Amino acid sequence: MNALQHSVGVSAARGNDDARIRELMCQVLGESQLISRRSFLSIAGTAASGLVLAFYMNDSVAADSSTSKQFAPNAYLNIATDGVITIYSVGPELGQGIKTAYALIVAEELDARWSDVHVEQAPIDESLYGWQGAGGSTSIPRNWTVLRQAGAVARSLLVSAAAKKWNTTADVCHAKESRVYCNDGRSIDFAALADDAALLPVPDAKAIKLKDRKDYTLFGKRYTGVDNLKVVTGQPLFGIDTVLPNMLHAVYQKCPAFGGTVKSANLDEIRNLPGVKDAFVIDGNGQATELLAGVAIVADSTWTAFKARQQLQVEWDETHASTDGWQHFVQQASDIARQPGKETTGNKGDVDAVFSRMASPQGRMVDAFYSYPFISHATLEPQNCTAWYHDGIMELWVPSQNATQAVKLVATLLDMPAANVRVHQTRVGGGFGRRLMNDYVCEAAMIARRVAAPVKLTWTREDDMTHDFYRVGGFHAFRGAVDDHGKLVAWQDHFITFTADGRKPVSGGDLSADEFPGPLLSNFRLAQTLIPSGTPCGPLRAPRSNAVAFVIQSFIHELAHAANRDHVEFLLEIMGEPRWLKPGNPYALNTGRAAGVIRLAAEKGEWGKSLPKGHGRGIAFHFSHQAHVAVVVELSVTASKQVKVHHVTVAADVGPIINLSGAEAQAQGAVVDGLSMMAAQQITMQDGRVQQQNFDHYTLLRMPQAPAVDVHFIQSEFSPTGLGEPALPPLIPAVCNAIFAANGERVRTLPLSKSGYTVV
Amino acid sequence: MTTLLVNGEMRTVNDVDMSTPLLWVLRDHLGLAGTKYGCGIAQCGACTVHVNGTPMRSCSVPLAAVVGQAITTIEGLGKDGKLHPLQQAWIDHDVPQCGYCQAGQLMSAAALLKQHPKPTDADIDDAMSGNLCRCGTYQRIRAAIHDAAEKMGGAK
Repeated sequence: MNALQHSVGVSAARGNDDARIRELMCQVLGESQLISRRSFLSIAGTAASGLVLAFYMNDSVAADSSTSKQFAPNAYLNIATDGVITIYSVGPELGQGIKTAYALIVAEELDARWSDVHVEQAPIDESLYGWQGAGGSTSIPRNWTVLRQAGAVARSLLVSAAAKKWNTTADVCHAKESRVYCNDGRSIDFAALADDAALLPVPDAKAIKLKDRKDYTLFGKRYTGVDNLKVVTGQPLFGIDTVLPNMLHAVYQKCPAFGGTVKSANLDEIRNLPGVKDAFVIDGNGQATELLAGVAIVADSTWTAFKARQQLQVEWDETHASTDGWQHFVQQASDIARQPGKETTGNKGDVDAVFSRMASPQGRMVDAFYSYPFISHATLEPQNCTAWYHDGIMELWVPSQNATQAVKLVATLLDMPAANVRVHQTRVGGGFGRRLMNDYVCEAAMIARRVAAPVKLTWTREDDMTHDFYRVGGFHAFRGAVDDHGKLVAWQDHFITFTADGRKPVSGGDLSADEFPGPLLSNFRLAQTLIPSGTPCGPLRAPRSNAVAFVIQSFIHELAHAANRDHVEFLLEIMGEPRWLKPGNPYALNTGRAAGVIRLAAEKGEWGKSLPKGHGRGIAFHFSHQAHVAVVVELSVTASKQVKVHHVTVAADVGPIINLSGAEAQAQGAVVDGLSMMAAQQITMQDGRVQQQNFDHYTLLRMPQAPAVDVHFIQSEFSPTGLGEPALPPLIPAVCNAIFAANGERVRTLPLSKSGYTVV
Repeated sequence: MTTLLVNGEMRTVNDVDMSTPLLWVLRDHLGLAGTKYGCGIAQCGACTVHVNGTPMRSCSVPLAAVVGQAITTIEGLGKDGKLHPLQQAWIDHDVPQCGYCQAGQLMSAAALLKQHPKPTDADIDDAMSGNLCRCGTYQRIRAAIHDAAEKMGGAK
């Protein structure tokens, strides 16, 4: 190795959001998967000539940099002498556009010409990159600083190399569109500087000034996704497209009731079917997030395996399996709602005193009971994983949102060193939180461990819908009061949710007293009662928020109506003076930013403008994932309860926009997703079994139902935050509030189909 | 041995049961993975291909039904090394999010434009309602179809 290697510790200058992001991701991942420090290293003469910057996120690796084995494949950006700038995207692309956005962030500070940039998926390697997942809309805020620093360090080296070449100083040189310019008129391509730059000492990233907002040249414009050409020509990008030599195909049948185990199965009969190579029972470890018991069938093609499965007969032991029933839950919740909550999780002022004062015949106190169902992720690419056990190594091709965790789970499950588990990140055909869990990866690895060939495990749609980690259903018994000035003065929410362990709510079933409007009110009570459940639950796009925004922002509207107030005015009054509730904490509401998006949505959504009979306009605000978003919906409702959503206006403040096209796409998609989930989606259980199996009984929104969506951004001075999730939650109450405006009926139960509505 | 006409080429497959859905013949036996599995019951449209120019859900078409028919998949949508105008419009409008449904969307859209070179919004709703997009790219799909239709008309 002829390179000079320098390691300069760069503790990425993270903002105050670090602690909250860590807390959030720890809930999903566990502390050990997170890293606190990142370092850049320059490495030359490795894979290609030119400048290669690797970044290291772990002090021990950086300290050991001279041994070099971590260097070669882990370059973060690479400027080849032919002018191609390769940027490695460290996170998975699931449709959130991160592969394009990450590259733009590096390219902006690098002063690269966008057409010179080529983006590759970085290898999965925790020792180099830390956690390589996507969740909580944190991809942008987690990497905003370190990616800019990576670009800036490279740019600084290139400028220094040019200055050296010209016998001048760096301060009279600057970079622009993949070239370095000197004040005297000389200029030179990055490509011609790459080799020289690689030999220079790497500067401390903290000492390099990052660009001022006014100097951005790439950010804020519209860019098409870097892999769009491959997508539209049908190239094999996705996990399910993986093909390996002599590959076999597997299916895995689990107990329809969660947690059941295998008593017996007609394995001999299955093994004798044409094309079937093997069939066997896997005991599993009882963990839904890892490996539930089931029967594997391995065959020579996907269809052969699917067909063989139709002949499979399994006798299940359901002694410890789920016995959940949705109808039973609904009955339980309605009984519980009549009682005080078991546990008080937030209490301020004296709600009871206010309620007794306000219980006047004028109707200034409002009671309402809301409910929403379990729903499924239904990623369009069903869960799948290709696994190949060879030479003591388990190699996996995975469309995961959480590949770093997949390595650990498989290593533990198969009792192998993590170094012998190699995960290849593929493009992901939709995540929505489903693929934060790696259950299907564990299944594929366990099957492959027994088969002397690569094996692709493909879940059927039915497997996917009946073995998900569902958005948990819930119930809220509200009481609120407005005073004789029409001001909101007291709020009480008895939240009935579910528990798996009898102690804490399931994933997505928690609600904090910090949630709007709690911190803004003087009299507030939040109580919680838990119902035991055996149905696996997990995060689904804007977890918690996608449910609580519906109930909270609908109930706010009920109170505004009871007070005979304009909804926008009522919301702005609750926000009060512009202030950041916990200054510096991006997970805390900023009422100024909230008021900003409410006003913008109202203005762009023509709030207050008259509408034809049968039409209605609704507004809702929600703060989640560090983002302030307001939505205005215009729709019409017929006498037969057909709802047509004509127009949706989204106003969001997520700081500066990196890729305008991608940002708009996330908001547009969130609107369609929100409308899709509220229209008719419901997962029900009976005897522990999910009753919906496929898109005939679990419907997604289709083209004719999709509204036009306008998206407006307030590009505030705050650091940019993610948009994969936060535009979804406010859409749902905005639709319900618009229905009320159109026909005077309050929707308190989702999906809309339960209240007799059809979205057309 | 069964011979199929796929994207203008004669292709043969061996030892494949004639009841096998065309989808799996394309994906597992012919190495054409652009056509996607989404539901297996003709509800999502991710597996849409053309059979003699007509859009079909290949998950629900057995091999026996397509022997001797001209099959076009996403890999054969462009001609002579050039993108179909719809593919270009998809890129120009940055349509894909996860991208998994887009091959099926494009095949349905291409069949639509053959029937209706200047489709109305109602024509688009009609032709595209069998294709689910889980990410919600419908608005851009609609815009891209109109754009491609205009450009194809202009080239005449």
